Amino acid sequence: MSDKVSEFDLVISGVGGQGTILASDIIGRSAVLKGLNVRAAETHGMAQRGGSVVNHVRLGCSLGSMIPLHGADCLLALEPAEALRYIDQLGDDGVVIMNTSPVYPVTVTSGGLEYPDVDLIVEFLERDHKVIAFDAVKIATGAGSRLAANVVMVGAASGYLPLEVDTMLDCVKKMVPPKTIDINVKAFEMGRAMVDL
Amino acid sequence: MSTSEYMLGNVAIARGIVEGGGRVISGYPGTPSSEIVDRLGAMKERDFYVEWSVNEKVAMEVAAGAAMSGVRSVVTMKHVGLNVAADPLMTLAYMGVKGGMVIIVADDPGCHSSQNEQDSRIYSRFSLMPCLDPSTPQEAKDMIPYAFELSEKFEIPVIFRTTTRISHGKSDIKLGPVNKDRPEANFEKNPSRWVMVPANARVRHPHLLEIQEGIRQELEGSRWNELDLCEDAQIGILGAGVSSVYAKEAIKKLGVKASFLKIGTYPVPAGLVKKLFDRVQKVLVIEEGEQFAEEMCKVIASDMGSNVKICGKSDGLVPKVGELNVDLCKKAISVACGLDTDDTDVPLNTDIELPPRPPAMCPGCSHRSAYYAMKKVFGKDAIYPGDIGCYTLGIQNGTVDTTLCMGGSITVASGIYNSGEKRPICCSIGDSTFFHTGVNGLLNAVYNRSNITVTILDNRITAMTGHQVNPGMGLTVTGEPTVQIDLETVCKGLGAEFVEVVDPYDLEATLDVFKRAKEFEGTSVVIAKQPCVIHARRSGVRRKPFVVDTDKCTGCKQCVKLGCPAIEFDSLAKVSHINQMCTGCGLCYQVCKFGAIREVE
Repeated sequence: MSDKVSEFDLVISGVGGQGTILASDIIGRSAVLKGLNVRAAETHGMAQRGGSVVNHVRLGCSLGSMIPLHGADCLLALEPAEALRYIDQLGDDGVVIMNTSPVYPVTVTSGGLEYPDVDLIVEFLERDHKVIAFDAVKIATGAGSRLAANVVMVGAASGYLPLEVDTMLDCVKKMVPPKTIDINVKAFEMGRAMVDL
Repeated sequence: MSTSEYMLGNVAIARGIVEGGGRVISGYPGTPSSEIVDRLGAMKERDFYVEWSVNEKVAMEVAAGAAMSGVRSVVTMKHVGLNVAADPLMTLAYMGVKGGMVIIVADDPGCHSSQNEQDSRIYSRFSLMPCLDPSTPQEAKDMIPYAFELSEKFEIPVIFRTTTRISHGKSDIKLGPVNKDRPEANFEKNPSRWVMVPANARVRHPHLLEIQEGIRQELEGSRWNELDLCEDAQIGILGAGVSSVYAKEAIKKLGVKASFLKIGTYPVPAGLVKKLFDRVQKVLVIEEGEQFAEEMCKVIASDMGSNVKICGKSDGLVPKVGELNVDLCKKAISVACGLDTDDTDVPLNTDIELPPRPPAMCPGCSHRSAYYAMKKVFGKDAIYPGDIGCYTLGIQNGTVDTTLCMGGSITVASGIYNSGEKRPICCSIGDSTFFHTGVNGLLNAVYNRSNITVTILDNRITAMTGHQVNPGMGLTVTGEPTVQIDLETVCKGLGAEFVEVVDPYDLEATLDVFKRAKEFEGTSVVIAKQPCVIHARRSGVRRKPFVVDTDKCTGCKQCVKLGCPAIEFDSLAKVSHINQMCTGCGLCYQVCKFGAIREVE
């Protein structure tokens, strides 16, 4: 599109504590190493304490960090309800990559509300979009730690991003706690293998 | 080789302070400003002084003292912090500075993490200090060295206004050289300059007015303002600060022809504004917050006798509340240009009901335990004035009835008591907030004999803003040991006669202390002391998690009602379940009447 001001617009959604910031940092840093301009917006502060969080990452963009509605090329959702919550950010040709393992909000655990059926969420999203859905927590656990689910998701998104895999893996190695490098590299590769391109 | 680094806006601002040769940097944590001082304090090597001050007024005065001594100084705070520091701010404008001084204030349009969305640019008009308003993190960094120079040239502090999307945005940042050539401190005695008694203040006020034209001219020619005239455009669009990049994207997306004036300074560059007014019939002003630039533009148009139509917030084209974005700018520009608008914000066509996900206290947060005991003792009818910190989330526990501002718990409690309200009053305030402005409130309550209970939720850190040190911790921002201020001693020193410290994880003991505090005639203080669970875990504290014995669980939901994210209810089996988020605080174990919760072996 000629009016495009950004090479690739990515929205990352999830729950405070899931590691959405590390996920966007790996991507943002990889892009800067490639020489791209990057604009990103993050949720900090009050909204972090188990709340719904969303990061915008724009690769090859030199204007503002906020992606317009229906403007994202990819929605990377670390949690199924948070995929649905931010779906209006995704453009018509955009792809949803989502983790199917839910994190229940307090409104469900102690507030008496129901958590929606994850299959129904996936079904709904598939009506208008290409959806890649899998249990990233299970994969991360297989890689050595459930905490690496965010890196599994980054790996899954990697095929869509205008970035080199080696650069991204270098960033993963530099940015995760040293003791967990092997687990996270494995998590990244297992996530990447979930997506056929 | 890469010359750019991927940085958080606040980290870029910190870099700007280093590049500009900042010598004394003070601040009080507040979202979205905190990472500036965090970053400077965490640097392994530094040739400047940095501190977390106890509040913004204190921080402002520390930075002012340094600037009076001829060195470059910075003070950082969130927007509402500038209200706390407004007293020194207003007179500092008269007094001026010698070394460059930059007042960094972070606005939060949309109240992401704030109690209001005030527009700090207005303080620049009020105080007559120049104001800079960056549009990107890169510009934010680059503006800081300029701000020091501007401040020194006119011997007046400069307000640097950032917003959430600049401070918590990330971007590739091109670094600049570090200014090594910096003056040594030398406080020159000069009473007519530094002593604002009426005789001196009366002289400094006209001086402040006299330098305004020079400041205006200097800003006019700065690179932060940019006029891009489009040959046959009928409309001019003026974008201020971060809004300018949203407006540029919207113009591009809509494909409209418009002359564009990007503004990054206040007072607005009147010369550029006039040039724009001469070329178009209509100008749309796009800015977040108040109609600040818009009003300045109207005054300029009126002064030059221009018939240009100025629109923006005053006629509802640009929203007066919340954050702006590209979609809102597109809508405003479309209306201003008489184009059709396509509404992109249509609700989802689905029956799936999405449960809201508000922020909640962490699993094992000591505030939950303290609030549980507080409510048990004081009852549902008691009045619970609250304060600002993670514990404001106690609104979900029914133990936060008011939240006004930092330190506004004890004082509001006193006011409610003195109104003649007969119900018991128990307020809560965190350790850092108590040091910030709670001390004065407690002193006032004790002195004026308020019959209230003050609970200091002492989690041994400033948690909400990202775990900054405070005077209770025995550490400075750079990690050096210092005096550890003892809350109990402080409270007793302020005259409180009932002061007790208790571990909120010990439910029985906490209930007992609250009972005695409630019975006490006068101002009683309960210090609920237990480190923040996140910080404790990072420091290596591990407690055994708990598990539900499903045979013994009756499904009474007493544990579920605690609102702990680690406790779920299995509605099919009608039993509680503790998930992997459990940190082992033991509150649910103590609450369960059926002995159905036990430690994992």
